[in-house]
Amino acid sequence: MTWILSNLDMLGELTLVHLALCLPAIVLSFLIALPLGWLANRYRLSRGLLLSFCGLLYAIPSFPLLIVLPILVGVEIRSAANLVIALTIYGVALMVRVVADGLAAVDTDVRQSAVAVGFSGWSAFWRVELPLSGPVLVAGIRVVTVSTVSLATVGAIIGIQSLGSLFVDGFQRGIQAEIVSGIVLTIAVALALDALVVGIGRLVMPWTRRQKRNSKGENHLSDGDLSGESTVSTGSSRDASTSAEPAVTA
Amino acid sequence: MNYFAEAIAWLTDPANYIGPSGIPTRLAEHVQFTVVTVLIASAIAVPIGFLIGHTGRGRGLAVSISGAFRSIPTLGLLTLVALWVGIGLEAPYVALTILAIPPILAGAYASFEAVDRRTIDAARAVGMSELQIVQKVEIPLGLPLLIGGIRSAILQVVATATLAAYVANFGLGRFLFEGAKTLNYAEMLGGSIIVILLALVFDGVLALVQRLVVPRGVTAGRPRDVRSRPARSRAVMGTPIEEGKN
Repeated sequence: MTWILSNLDMLGELTLVHLALCLPAIVLSFLIALPLGWLANRYRLSRGLLLSFCGLLYAIPSFPLLIVLPILVGVEIRSAANLVIALTIYGVALMVRVVADGLAAVDTDVRQSAVAVGFSGWSAFWRVELPLSGPVLVAGIRVVTVSTVSLATVGAIIGIQSLGSLFVDGFQRGIQAEIVSGIVLTIAVALALDALVVGIGRLVMPWTRRQKRNSKGENHLSDGDLSGESTVSTGSSRDASTSAEPAVTA
Repeated sequence: MNYFAEAIAWLTDPANYIGPSGIPTRLAEHVQFTVVTVLIASAIAVPIGFLIGHTGRGRGLAVSISGAFRSIPTLGLLTLVALWVGIGLEAPYVALTILAIPPILAGAYASFEAVDRRTIDAARAVGMSELQIVQKVEIPLGLPLLIGGIRSAILQVVATATLAAYVANFGLGRFLFEGAKTLNYAEMLGGSIIVILLALVFDGVLALVQRLVVPRGVTAGRPRDVRSRPARSRAVMGTPIEEGKN
């Protein structure tokens, strides 16, 4: 406890550094995954190629990637850029599948109605497909957020400052309180960012608030056939919950 | 590219293939550690997951517990346990078993939940006992998802075992740490390449297994165009359960 109290400044600073590493990676991975996910959903060939490539990327262990990346991309090994790129790669690898699944979950009837009503492909994407797949995307971003925050600590092992530095330092100097406070702060940052994502999701998609309550009420009654027919978000968010949900359930 | 040439030279240098810190020994240590850890974790997680999946009870609890586990940073857990039990293999075994449990648990109960309720009701109507339903319906139909959970657990352990070389003298991670200490970039890079290849091989093999265990009846007469999709999605083939990354 005394250790924590006398090092509050450092803890605060490292938390900020940690945020500065994670936020760009999370935002970037969403922005990059959006067009790639669209592409993966659009053509059968690109779907297979992109999704298996992302699967491969995701399978690469993080520590070795941090060593190989500097040579491939030409950044300093101990630089924040190295870690942000690595985190973005994992985020994209995870997110592309989610975007593709989310777009695929939009009911064909709805998509055809949009075309019939006169939406162009471009505006149908932005104003029909993307909003309807929103709940799935939010679920995916939550997974990316939590895993990015915890993964960023690995960089400390090659000397990239983050909350992970508390683990390395605490281990070398044998200070248990330092490691524990590192773990607690990492989890706290993950939970805070997760809540932020959920909050933004609610703000951007006000309609999900009401539907959530509906689908919860329905769950008991209609494990049968109803939920499969409902337009999108009840069915698709349940789909998403089998594939991507286990991350954090608040 | 110069660095890669050096790494290849390191990888092909026969001197690196002998002794207790040679590539074969380290590779064997790494593989053995991974397999043992995942076996222990499966022995704990699979029965619990099956119980949750079959009875449908305690799902919320399991989801939140494994969710909470997953946000724990691996490096933190590893160093903390190492401080408690000391330098050596015990700490990695304890820490990584804990880390491997959530994905396997999730895979185990998801594998039961993915089975169509109507199939289970049909099995019950036909006169199967609960045990028979578990053995002959739920386990075979859900197996791809269970393997998916084990697959992500293995990937996680392979990756984190590299970090575990920080607190114990074992595994492929030694090359990375030794190289970092002696500023031998070729060794670091060579070690990294082996770890990455190992992870990809594990992933590929398990993806194949996942495909092979799909019962024939599932793939055979899959209806093409059905208006009313089943409320519960069919067992999904070939996709690992997306977990936290390590």
